[in-house]
Amino acid sequence: MRSRFAGLHRGVTLFAGLIALWWLATLTSIPAFLLPSPAAVAAALWQNADYLSHHTLITLTEILSGMALGVLLGGVLALGMTFSPWLQRWMMPLVITSQAIPVFALAPLLVLWFGFGMSAKVAMAVLVIFFPVTSTFFDGLRRVTPGYLDLARTMGASPAAQLRHVRLLAALPALGSGLRMAAAVAPIGAIIGEWVGSAEGLGFVMLNANARMQSDMCFAALFILVLMTLALWLSVDLLLRRLITWAPETI
Amino acid sequence: MNPPGISVRQLCLTLGQQQLFSQLDLEIAGGAFTALLGASGVGKSSLMRVIAGLTPPTSGQISGSDGLPLTGRIAWMGQQDLLYPWLTVEQNVCLASRLNGKKADRDWAQHLLERVGLSHCARARPATLSGGMRQRAALARTLYTRQPIVLMDEPFSALDALTRTQIQTLAAEVLVGHTVLLITHDAAEACRLSHHLLVIGFAGIEAASPLQGQPPRAADDIHVIQSQAALLKQLSRIAG
Repeated sequence: MRSRFAGLHRGVTLFAGLIALWWLATLTSIPAFLLPSPAAVAAALWQNADYLSHHTLITLTEILSGMALGVLLGGVLALGMTFSPWLQRWMMPLVITSQAIPVFALAPLLVLWFGFGMSAKVAMAVLVIFFPVTSTFFDGLRRVTPGYLDLARTMGASPAAQLRHVRLLAALPALGSGLRMAAAVAPIGAIIGEWVGSAEGLGFVMLNANARMQSDMCFAALFILVLMTLALWLSVDLLLRRLITWAPETI
Repeated sequence: MNPPGISVRQLCLTLGQQQLFSQLDLEIAGGAFTALLGASGVGKSSLMRVIAGLTPPTSGQISGSDGLPLTGRIAWMGQQDLLYPWLTVEQNVCLASRLNGKKADRDWAQHLLERVGLSHCARARPATLSGGMRQRAALARTLYTRQPIVLMDEPFSALDALTRTQIQTLAAEVLVGHTVLLITHDAAEACRLSHHLLVIGFAGIEAASPLQGQPPRAADDIHVIQSQAALLKQLSRIAG
């Protein structure tokens, strides 16, 4: 508890320091449309609260759906590959390839296929997190201490019981690191999707504000996005800590 | 009812390119402590895995001395304690019930934990226990299933000398009346604990002269020390 409190204290100090630096920079002759002051951004946040919260909700929905779908797909594929060497041989190249394609280049295509709505952004988020989730979960399932499984077998455990009571639990810490990674990068997927083509969401707000030189609005949207990603990561981290109390803390 | 012995007939085992056993015959006496002693790499652990049903033999039969299969009559204790870190000590002891979807017999587990001196740690996670305590918990888990045959694969080799001696004594006491096959490379351990001694080398398996008295024998017993020396001599001869 003490260390988390100390961490919070450091975070706040760092954040305040950065804002102070930013504020000092705006005192020079840089024009406001290039670099708005913190006060201007705060005002933009306040005056457009309804507008921003509407679009925030859209982006958040895209991120959360993308995460849920990506984790589900990645988890199912990792399980399948664990139990079927055949599936592993055929699917592993696909998983690697999904990471080799630059998602930014794929975004216009996805918008073309799925339209301007949410589904293209959800698909982007899924694509971005699919690889970390699948590979970490697969690694975790594969690297279960062989003795744990041997012991279960000598006790007559069925393959289903071995999966439920041994493999899945032993793989949880690895899955946890995949989920943390997913929480950090899923927003990137959604925002890329919105930048390429959308009528709603924080990416749309930023694009719109940029076109009209409303840099304070652009900064406000960015600020919300950063807060949202941090909050998402922290909640995933907290949830995992609660769930996996037994794993040794390595960080 | 006497616990059955273990009967290995015409066992051949080839792992990859290496032929570990061919035409091996072996009888392990029921209701007694048998130590199987051998240098590293002769296939002690592989033999144990075959008997435990973890590795299928290339050919040959393994059964109880009563002719019935061993499946469901074996408890296995490996080189590591293999306590699941996500379970408490008590849950680890009751692991067999958990894996087979049965209700845990908590009274029995509590009794076993008391017997191995861990009743105060029932709710602790294995990570908080010392190496010796972890092996005690593993011993309680081995006893929980009430199997007549217990296979032990160098379970005490990672412990310090004092803890090892204590747990050897404990194991000898709690395993009375079981058929125990203990694999070890430690001649002193074999001499302290066993009714029957077997020595395994690349040339095959042969019996060593049995010791007097009931295990656990004192480590400084003159007979124990003498048979240790004889055992080492036999071991180096059979190792070729």
